[in-house]
Amino acid sequence: MKQRDKFEVIGKPRRRVDGRAKVTGQTVFADDIVLPRMLHTKLLRSPHPHADIERIDTTRAARHPGVHLVLTGADIPNEYGILPVSQDEQALRTDRVRFVGDPVAAVIAKDEFTATEALELIDVSYNPLPTIANPEEALSQGEVRLHDYSEEGNIHKRLAYSFGDVDEALESADRVFEDCFFYEGNTHLPMEQHAAVATVDPDGKLTLRSSTQCPHYVHRALAKVLEIPQAHIRVIAHPNGGGFGGKTDPFGHEIVVAKAALALGRPVKICLTREEVFYCHRGRHPVIMKLRTGVTKDGKLTGMHLQTLLDGGSYGSYGIASTFYTAVLQPVTYHLPRYQFNACRVFTNKPPCGPKRGHGTPQSRFGQEVQLDKIAEALDRDPAELRLNIVTEPNSLTANFLQIGTNGLAECIKRVTERSDWKNKHRKLPDGHGVGLACSSYLTGAGNAIYWNKMPHTGVQLQLDRSGLVTVFCGATEVGQGSDDVLVASVAEILGITPAEVKCITGDTDLTPVDLGSYSSRVTLMMGNAAIDAAQRARALIGEAVAVRLERPVQNLVFSGGNVFDAGDPATGMTFQEAVVCAEERHGTLGTTGSYAPPKPPAQFKGGGVGPSPAYSFTAAVVEVEVDPATGWITVPRVYVAHDVGRALNPVLVRGQVQGSVYMGLGEALMEEQVFRRLPPKLSAAMVHKNPSLLEYKSLTSLDMPEVITDLIEDPDPNGPFGGKEAGQGPLLPIMPAVANAVYDAVGVRIDAVPITPDKVLQALELKAAGKDPRYGPSTFPTVDWPEPYFVLPPWEGGDGTASNRPERKRAAKMHVMDKVHSS
Amino acid sequence: MMRLPYFRYYAPSDIQEAAQMLANEGSDAMLLAGGTDLLPNMKRRQQEPRTLIALGGIEALRSLHNGSETRLGTGLTLTQLVEDASLKTNYRGLWQAAAQVASPHLRNMGTLGGNLCLDTRCHYYNQNYDWRKAIDFCMKKAGETCWVATRSRKCVAVSSTDTAPMLVALGAKVRLVSANDERVLDLSDFYQNDGIDYLTRRPAEIMTEVILPPADGWRSSYWKLRRRGSFDFPVLAAAVAVEIDGDGTVSQARIVLGATAPQPVSCDAAAALLIGQRLTDEVIEQAAKKAASRAKPMDNADFTTQWRKRVAAQFVGYALSEVRGDDLSDTRKRIAGQVL
Repeated sequence: MKQRDKFEVIGKPRRRVDGRAKVTGQTVFADDIVLPRMLHTKLLRSPHPHADIERIDTTRAARHPGVHLVLTGADIPNEYGILPVSQDEQALRTDRVRFVGDPVAAVIAKDEFTATEALELIDVSYNPLPTIANPEEALSQGEVRLHDYSEEGNIHKRLAYSFGDVDEALESADRVFEDCFFYEGNTHLPMEQHAAVATVDPDGKLTLRSSTQCPHYVHRALAKVLEIPQAHIRVIAHPNGGGFGGKTDPFGHEIVVAKAALALGRPVKICLTREEVFYCHRGRHPVIMKLRTGVTKDGKLTGMHLQTLLDGGSYGSYGIASTFYTAVLQPVTYHLPRYQFNACRVFTNKPPCGPKRGHGTPQSRFGQEVQLDKIAEALDRDPAELRLNIVTEPNSLTANFLQIGTNGLAECIKRVTERSDWKNKHRKLPDGHGVGLACSSYLTGAGNAIYWNKMPHTGVQLQLDRSGLVTVFCGATEVGQGSDDVLVASVAEILGITPAEVKCITGDTDLTPVDLGSYSSRVTLMMGNAAIDAAQRARALIGEAVAVRLERPVQNLVFSGGNVFDAGDPATGMTFQEAVVCAEERHGTLGTTGSYAPPKPPAQFKGGGVGPSPAYSFTAAVVEVEVDPATGWITVPRVYVAHDVGRALNPVLVRGQVQGSVYMGLGEALMEEQVFRRLPPKLSAAMVHKNPSLLEYKSLTSLDMPEVITDLIEDPDPNGPFGGKEAGQGPLLPIMPAVANAVYDAVGVRIDAVPITPDKVLQALELKAAGKDPRYGPSTFPTVDWPEPYFVLPPWEGGDGTASNRPERKRAAKMHVMDKVHSS
Repeated sequence: MMRLPYFRYYAPSDIQEAAQMLANEGSDAMLLAGGTDLLPNMKRRQQEPRTLIALGGIEALRSLHNGSETRLGTGLTLTQLVEDASLKTNYRGLWQAAAQVASPHLRNMGTLGGNLCLDTRCHYYNQNYDWRKAIDFCMKKAGETCWVATRSRKCVAVSSTDTAPMLVALGAKVRLVSANDERVLDLSDFYQNDGIDYLTRRPAEIMTEVILPPADGWRSSYWKLRRRGSFDFPVLAAAVAVEIDGDGTVSQARIVLGATAPQPVSCDAAAALLIGQRLTDEVIEQAAKKAASRAKPMDNADFTTQWRKRVAAQFVGYALSEVRGDDLSDTRKRIAGQVL
């Protein structure tokens, strides 16, 4: 086959394939499902932040008119959890509740009203336990333990790694900068509340339809908890009304409706309230961090020691991965010759934290980007120049053995500084006006699955027939990011047809090949490559048949504009549909598959499995702010952002992802806080989410959204489909530190604690007026008893990717970190 | 989703019929206007009336008289107020207050009367049933303790209406009608300093209209602090009305703070500092400081209390500068998200 020299679908700004359904209200979200004889579910949740369950009596609730079933943990006691090492959740708790909102019982009734009434009739006696409110308490109070499997007391996990001798690197530096920061927790706030409907099919098998980002992981959890073979369970992921990581864990409510449907033989539905969504959480971990960074006179980094302490909330969730992610991507943005990190996650009596857009990375990215701003000022250098001098190289290995491919960071910095007229603004604007710069990098899909296996991370099947329609099947889930569009466009591009001739069926474990899920910015790259793989095989089948029919060499054939023809003689050819007919005549029924697994990462040490990615995206942003010195009030009139996406497969979608990231980033930067209130201990043991509502959990609205000037930097990455890299998470990362740096440029105060609110600015301004350190933020990092670090020599010091002080490294290299930790 | 409890629904067609229904039903009944406050509160079981008497069908409550005195029917929606050109010209502060209530959607439903009778708000109270159960409820509903001020015998939930402080500053009166009585009350006397019994309204009374004094020679301004200009309740508000003579001296003045206590707070001593003075920067600063000293924000609304207290003088200053004639549109744009 002859390769076209121009793309016909890829790179063109197009309406997304699911756009029509969404704007006309025809997309069926999980809560839109209404089935005959369907029953409704409400969950009874713990009013205590920490308590042993002594007894649950459901007799009165079960007798309530209209109630069909009352479930407790005893009916579905098996533990599950997203990571093999953190199987610590139950759909309904049997013995212990660990936060206000932990589910303990479920009522299935004729309608929601009746189910809610019956919740009041369930009698639960609790024995309240002492509560852990924050990491300091978790470190100092080993008892009462939230989980017996924790590493020690209420410390879930501690990590320690050293890539080269960092003490030496800091000693040899001209200057060492030491800074502490705090990044408050926040939540995803999707518009759509989680919903699920379970049915028993005519053949007796279970079907669950859910607003999940990861039907495959829900499939596994259902099989484990319900003790039913996976082959007897079908999970259908409906398009998500926003996920952002909040729908990537299997949830108790999904298991509850499945169990209830099996017990009752009727469809059973649940739709969570907004408050319950706050309790599902799995959002941004609050992180205290400390960075010690060595710098030479000319602004090169000699090494960094990063410490992070994560408030994990009450369950494991993705927490161990999140803990790694507060550290492992740090060396991808700027060259760090030596790097040491310590990271610790603790359990507290709050809803579990987990992956939110940027997963673990934004917190320490904030720290480094603000610290670089301080370094630039101390060295009297322009922050943009300083960064351009230290960006990582394309096709390089980092100190912790992450393989960088294409790298457009320098171009991103140049673009945003030009666009924003940075040189004439930074340190030059009148008082109260400022600009701030920050950068980031992010992974395009994790190099390893959540559970260890040697199978593909994603699979695609194509079905073609004489109608000319191409149907593409993939387990990927449309969560609003546009994965259906990428899937269709990739297939259409290879086959030389328009997206209108391609239909996609996604996120259905009965019909579609496994895709691990819509998380870690993996779908475009992995599914896209698998789709290309499948489409190329289909093109080969068709090409072979057409070549015979036309009596032309197959290498002369071109698939373009809905036709297949001889490149040297375009009049000799046929329509795509005629070509498929040829192929069906020659080969019989047509179908092809494609699959994708990421390249094997160079890291060999235990824990090296978190961080590798087939490709890294890069972003730079300049944020303009206005700060009123009298009140501290902050406004953001404009944001400039440049994102290295490799190639924009559909520029409309990519811009949407970039601007959506800016929007979410500004919310985190300026106001969002998932915070808790402990009542006066003498009067009450209560500890509750401060504001679990859309009104009082403050997040930006469209009216608060500034102008965003977006640039896409395109340098195709060989590992990406058509060269594409991720766009959904990376562009969020620089926004928070850029705001902080801009506030400093505007009024000369450092707000080293996210969110950056007017009261913090005003406090720092008062310190400034009093001649004190004009800063708001933590000054110390809590004492953590760190283990001896894994010592790995960086590649440029002769390292081979193994840890020199751990004999078990050979075995470790073969195992995914999660299972390794599990087995130890 | 959260579901409404069962209730009886009456839809009277005139004021007298509504008043009679209210008299018959007693304290189990509540009046329903736009429902933007009451219905969500009912879903959260903060309010559990057995009967709702809907005022939406009463045409007389939607009249707008512009004669020697302006009379506003309490059934007018906030959008109708905002769209009235004469209000915008003559009672600028009221227009600014109405335009900043919640969001366009809520203003399309929400009424003037509803906003004036808005339930007081508190972080410990404006939560759903399960949340309040987890703190064993609070004094305002089903509990014993005020969790904001645990030694307080009174509820400190905050008056969160935008129109009330401005109308108090404008010297508005309200007409209250019951089945066999009718009275006109200064709006300032309609409120009292108790987060539970925040209105002096008698249970059988319907607020039918707001009577505004003539606007000649008066200027007014309303500044609202909230996190987002799009739809939040106020966490601090400054309402100012002044009568300015031809030579620029102030002859009458009222300064009222909103969202700092269970009722709008009149700052008479601060207003007195303005009388006989021109609105110089010094005079404004003094009066603003004096007014701000009356702001006693509690830890039951958005932002830190210290900061809300700290910026109160600034907000009073904005309002006074605006009635002086300063162009504060840039500041407005930053604070309110829109030019008002």
